[in-house]
Amino acid sequence: MNIFDFFRANKKVSTASVAKERLQIIVAHERGQRSTPDYLPALQKELVEVIRKYVNIESDQVQVALENQGSCSILELNITLPDR
Amino acid sequence: MAKILVVTSGKGGVGKTTTSAAIGTGLALRGHKTVIVDFDVGLRNLDLIMGCERRVVYDFVNVVNGEANLQQALIKDKRLENLYVLAASQTRDKDALTKEGVEKVLMELKETFEYVVCDSPAGIETGAHLAMYFADEAIVVTNPEVSSVRDSDRMLGLLASKSRRAELGEEPIKEHLLLTRYNPERVSKGEMLGVEDVKEILAVTLLGVIPESQAVLKASNQGVPVILDDQSDAGQAYGDAVDRLLGKTVEHRFLDAQKKGFFERLFGGN
Ligand SMILES: Nc1ncnc2c1ncn2[C@@H]1O[C@H](COP(=O)(O)OP(=O)(O)OP(=O)(O)O)[C@@H](O)[C@H]1O
Ligand SMILES: [Mg+2]
Repeated sequence: MNIFDFFRANKKVSTASVAKERLQIIVAHERGQRSTPDYLPALQKELVEVIRKYVNIESDQVQVALENQGSCSILELNITLPDR
Repeated sequence: MAKILVVTSGKGGVGKTTTSAAIGTGLALRGHKTVIVDFDVGLRNLDLIMGCERRVVYDFVNVVNGEANLQQALIKDKRLENLYVLAASQTRDKDALTKEGVEKVLMELKETFEYVVCDSPAGIETGAHLAMYFADEAIVVTNPEVSSVRDSDRMLGLLASKSRRAELGEEPIKEHLLLTRYNPERVSKGEMLGVEDVKEILAVTLLGVIPESQAVLKASNQGVPVILDDQSDAGQAYGDAVDRLLGKTVEHRFLDAQKKGFFERLFGGN
């Protein structure tokens, strides 16, 4: 640190805290994926078939994800319907 | 009861071999009969760090294939009575080690040694998997840097799900975090993740913090495990880590930046 850095210090968020924040997000996400039960793909397929009975959709229009939040998990369903 | 200890990381070049050599030597220094096994098939290096590269006649793969027995392949350390090295093979055949072969050798080593220290190759593929599969405890070597921390987290996930203990539903592998190449100066300037940050992200008990140190290169140049340089910061930090591994409570050192004089700070002593 030289005399000029004395005046510049603490002006910006440190790069280490940016790193920490990014890591916390990605690590939490990857831990969630790791614990993804293997029935999810089958569940997704069957949901597509059920919805197709009523609306014609592509198979990628149903997205299933499991989010872990503390002691419980949230099953997130995202279904996009075609334009009317 | 003999213990199998794996030194692993996911990411390459973070200090696994340096750590395996230091911890293995430290255990032997404290009176425990120890063997350090190089699992890095094709990239043998532990022999160089331990300074026994010219005495390798037979290696791990020779033993697995029955071309040599353990007595022939084990290299006795010249400095310490109860320290041995089993070198990795330089073969390019990636499948030279099998689960069955590794199990046979490790079980035989457990009969004579108190500690079997496994120096894992980088990555999460076959070699790294074999190195950790039979482990009782794992030292996860991490640098305070984003990709290393992320890879360590992946490795922790594998330790918890893909090891023998996990598959048999036994008590899980005991995990230790070893933060290496730590630079307190840069941490205090906010340029490097601090020990508390990494602990918080990975949520594993801290075995030790090894500072970034010139002593490491000096030691590897000479083929002397850095823990034997007991005047050096890194050597002392590894010594503390070995004591903690053996159950002692030792305060962490080398976590704070050296206080610089006023003029040094003013005119940039670094
Ligand atoms: N605390 C430290 N201070 C300074 N340099 C270090 C420190 N620890 C390790 N190094 C250096 O980092 C480099 C990599 O170390 P090492 O070979 O132990 O890593 P590794 O994890 O075994 O690598 P690989 O994944 O290739 O097997 C070496 O040049 C070593 O000297
Ligand atoms: Mg190595």
